[in-house]
Amino acid sequence: MFDRRLMTHMNWPYLLMICLVAGIGIANLYSATSSWSMAAQPVYLKQTYWLGIGLFIAAVICLIDYRHLEYLSFPFYGGTLLLLVLVLTVGRTSMGATRWISLGGFNLQPSEIMKVVIILAFARYFSEKAHVRGLSLRELVLPGLILGIPALLIIKQPDLGTAMLVLLIGGSMALFAGLRRSTLVWLGVCGLFGAVGGWFLLHDYQKRRIMTFLDPEQDPLGAGYHIIQSKIAVGSGGFMGLGFMKGTQSQLSFLPERHTDFAFSVFAEEWGFFGCLFLLLLYLLIIIWGLHIAQKAGDRFGMFIAFGVSAMLFWHIVVNLGMVIGLLPVVGVPLPLFSYGGTSMVTTMIGVGLLLNVSMRRFTF
Amino acid sequence: MSLNPAPEEIHGIRRRFIIISLVATVVFVILALRLWSLQVLGVEHYRELSERNRTRYISIDPPRGAVFDRHGILLVDNRPAFTVSALREEVADRSVLFESLSRLLELEPDILEERWQEGQRLPRYRPLPLAVDVGREAMERIQENGVDLPGIITEVKPLRAYPKDKLAAHMFGYLGEITEQQLRSSDFAGYRSGNLVGKTGLENLFEADLHGQEGMKRIEVNVKRRELRQVTTRDPLPGHRIYLNLDAGLQQATEEAFGDQAGGAVALDVHSGEVLALVSRPTFDPARFARGISQEEWRDLLENPQHPLQNKVLRGQYPPGSTFKIVVALAALEAGVASPKTTVDCTGSFQLNPSYEYRCWKKKGHEKTDLHKAIKESCDIWFYKVGLELGIERIADAARRLGLGQTLGFPFGGERSGLIPDKQWKRERFGASWYNGETVIASIGQGFVLATPLQLATMTAAVANGGTVWKPQVVQRVENLDGEIVWSSGSEKVSETKWSEASLQTVRKAMEAVVNDLGGTAWRSRLGDFRFAGKTGTSQVVRRKSDEEEEQQEGTEVIPYRFRDHALFIAYAPAEDPELAMAVVVEHGEHGSTAAAPIAKAMFQQYFNLIPPEGAEQAER
Repeated sequence: MFDRRLMTHMNWPYLLMICLVAGIGIANLYSATSSWSMAAQPVYLKQTYWLGIGLFIAAVICLIDYRHLEYLSFPFYGGTLLLLVLVLTVGRTSMGATRWISLGGFNLQPSEIMKVVIILAFARYFSEKAHVRGLSLRELVLPGLILGIPALLIIKQPDLGTAMLVLLIGGSMALFAGLRRSTLVWLGVCGLFGAVGGWFLLHDYQKRRIMTFLDPEQDPLGAGYHIIQSKIAVGSGGFMGLGFMKGTQSQLSFLPERHTDFAFSVFAEEWGFFGCLFLLLLYLLIIIWGLHIAQKAGDRFGMFIAFGVSAMLFWHIVVNLGMVIGLLPVVGVPLPLFSYGGTSMVTTMIGVGLLLNVSMRRFTF
Repeated sequence: MSLNPAPEEIHGIRRRFIIISLVATVVFVILALRLWSLQVLGVEHYRELSERNRTRYISIDPPRGAVFDRHGILLVDNRPAFTVSALREEVADRSVLFESLSRLLELEPDILEERWQEGQRLPRYRPLPLAVDVGREAMERIQENGVDLPGIITEVKPLRAYPKDKLAAHMFGYLGEITEQQLRSSDFAGYRSGNLVGKTGLENLFEADLHGQEGMKRIEVNVKRRELRQVTTRDPLPGHRIYLNLDAGLQQATEEAFGDQAGGAVALDVHSGEVLALVSRPTFDPARFARGISQEEWRDLLENPQHPLQNKVLRGQYPPGSTFKIVVALAALEAGVASPKTTVDCTGSFQLNPSYEYRCWKKKGHEKTDLHKAIKESCDIWFYKVGLELGIERIADAARRLGLGQTLGFPFGGERSGLIPDKQWKRERFGASWYNGETVIASIGQGFVLATPLQLATMTAAVANGGTVWKPQVVQRVENLDGEIVWSSGSEKVSETKWSEASLQTVRKAMEAVVNDLGGTAWRSRLGDFRFAGKTGTSQVVRRKSDEEEEQQEGTEVIPYRFRDHALFIAYAPAEDPELAMAVVVEHGEHGSTAAAPIAKAMFQQYFNLIPPEGAEQAER
């Protein structure tokens, strides 16, 4: 099954960039949590382990020809959907949301798996259906269901951030598959009405978050606190930054969640605009490189997978950074490779594994 | 299976990738521009904020609304309490800190550590209370040593205070910390975790009015974490004031008259259903809850066999005993089954059939007894016979018209409905038909019949006012800070029955005789020239004494407390022009005449300003 020559086709530059960002991320975590003397095991070490586990998973994924996944796409999808239903019935509740299924020692979060599985399912569907004239509204009914059902299940948990990302990933792939102009207009109009209607479905605390986003000063103690503190941290970084381990806001612990969703604020304060620009360029390069892999893929299924993974990374990065610098409302979305968290790392690395897989086999038919 | 794409498709795909890459780049440029505006253009502004920062916003809890009685006497208020809290993010070394804190506060470091752990569920930026209500001296010691206590702040927080101590505790209910679920509901917008909310009683029902609006203060800390100054940025707004229908004097007199006995008493305005006194015994100390009740105190309250937290006026369901005779008498008169002249020869027992015999409480019997005497001396035989002729359906109908067997709409506290049995109920509940013997004992308020003190008082008021069952009204009005009325109650009828004036007068006269005529069962509790009407009751506690226990009791007069009968008394006054109606239940008080009636007497004395004659109080006991 595994051809030794495939190693020569390994996309080393891409992997290198991934590891570089993850490395910067770990260094940043080291700084962000240096004032925590209590923790039994330092966060940055745990994150290093997760990176190792992630790389191992990516390597395993590379071993299996992605084309075998074509036939498994829908079974995977069905299984994950089942898990999502299970979460709502027997899931573990924490902080008012039910997102996890307890599996002995660790907690499984099916909504995270859905991010990857939706890529596979859509890749399978669109690689067969897409054509030059673009998809009609009728051809979008099935993908609409494939995407809508898990999204609704995730919203119900409630986990607005993940649901939004699943929708963004699926939506990007549908758009990429090509839509007729009339379809686009229709979707635009429906989306507008949907947004208005959706407002009434939101939980009060979710509405409050959006309102506070529009005017954070209204509630400096509650939901606005994160945005205000994050902006102060980012802004006081200046052009060159305050230096590694020298950020006052993050070191003095004014910044909440500074090792998870707001890890970038710590980086921005300590490395300044210069450092941020460097990191942004790296991320952009990863996206464009991923798109390039998609373009050069050996078949349509591979192309859609590579595109989907790039879309996943892109939206995570944009939504997280947009939130941290006050362009978007606070929704709990981690920055890939940068925020602390095993789930995020594993999901990202599964995606990276799929991308490398597609890239390796671009010459084989 | 994928075929090689057609050339024009390849072209289309390439174009699509170029567009997508461009879009992605533009989005990243927007992010970069935003970073530029924050970090390069805004650096002065944000550096200044971060320098001066170490600005902390801390919420100021608003004082909860005060509660007054109908005459404006303050019942529930707030007092300032000094609280020592930690700003967790500024605490560097906890063990050193707790070491010095424990010396200043005279508290074990372990307790501080425990509170620290408990407080971890609060958002990190909220101060974590380590010691609530520490007293002025401890507060001053903390402030003097502020330099050595980085991350420790002292706050003055309003704490619920009860100037009248435990008075009417069951009305107010108690406070507790807000739950996760409440935090997410729109009813609690503006609340934060750690806030106290009403859990039961009025505190719960009027939470939205009582809560008020939190204020905000800014604490500025310098780089060395020393507090520089505090600025109040928004003043807290106290909650609305609540005026009750309660009469504090009457409430106090009732509670004092109860002494250590368990039970419940309620006094209502005859013509509106306003609740003038509501007593449930034993009671609890609401101030304990305000301070944050300890596990042990909570367990003690829950495990107390006399259920101090339960409001017995609403939730205590007792067989009404002889007080129920009022219902049967009225029903019999209205149905024409009995007239004031209907006479029964009471020999002390009543033979329903060869195998069932029912006894009168008076073994010797009452001899010739008419309705007036049957109520006044509480003859059971008269009611056995009349009740049997009347039938359970007509008894049940009259009872329901007088407010029994249903909830009356008391606004909080989980009012129970009591029980008025009839044939259909028995069929549904037990799948069995109704027996005559059950009608017989229902006629004297035993067997299946159950009523709450609130229902008995409402029934008494209905007899006194001519047949209107009023919904109990607890709160008179709610006022905002400017004294504007934001809510006020109006009288509401639950039901209204037009009893004939003759029937009512017959029953009322008999009730008047119970208290004021020689031989009446409550004669010992009479108030001289001030005439009130009433009816005593004694209800059997369901007892299943084993033979063994029977034997042990042989020869002794002392019945174990839990097997003693409940004592009941219902009354209204003045007899001629009723204003106040009430019901008193003393659990295991044995006799309505000796345990319950004196409490009612004390209540009337207080309410109608009657100075008790010298030494009379002692003579009664």
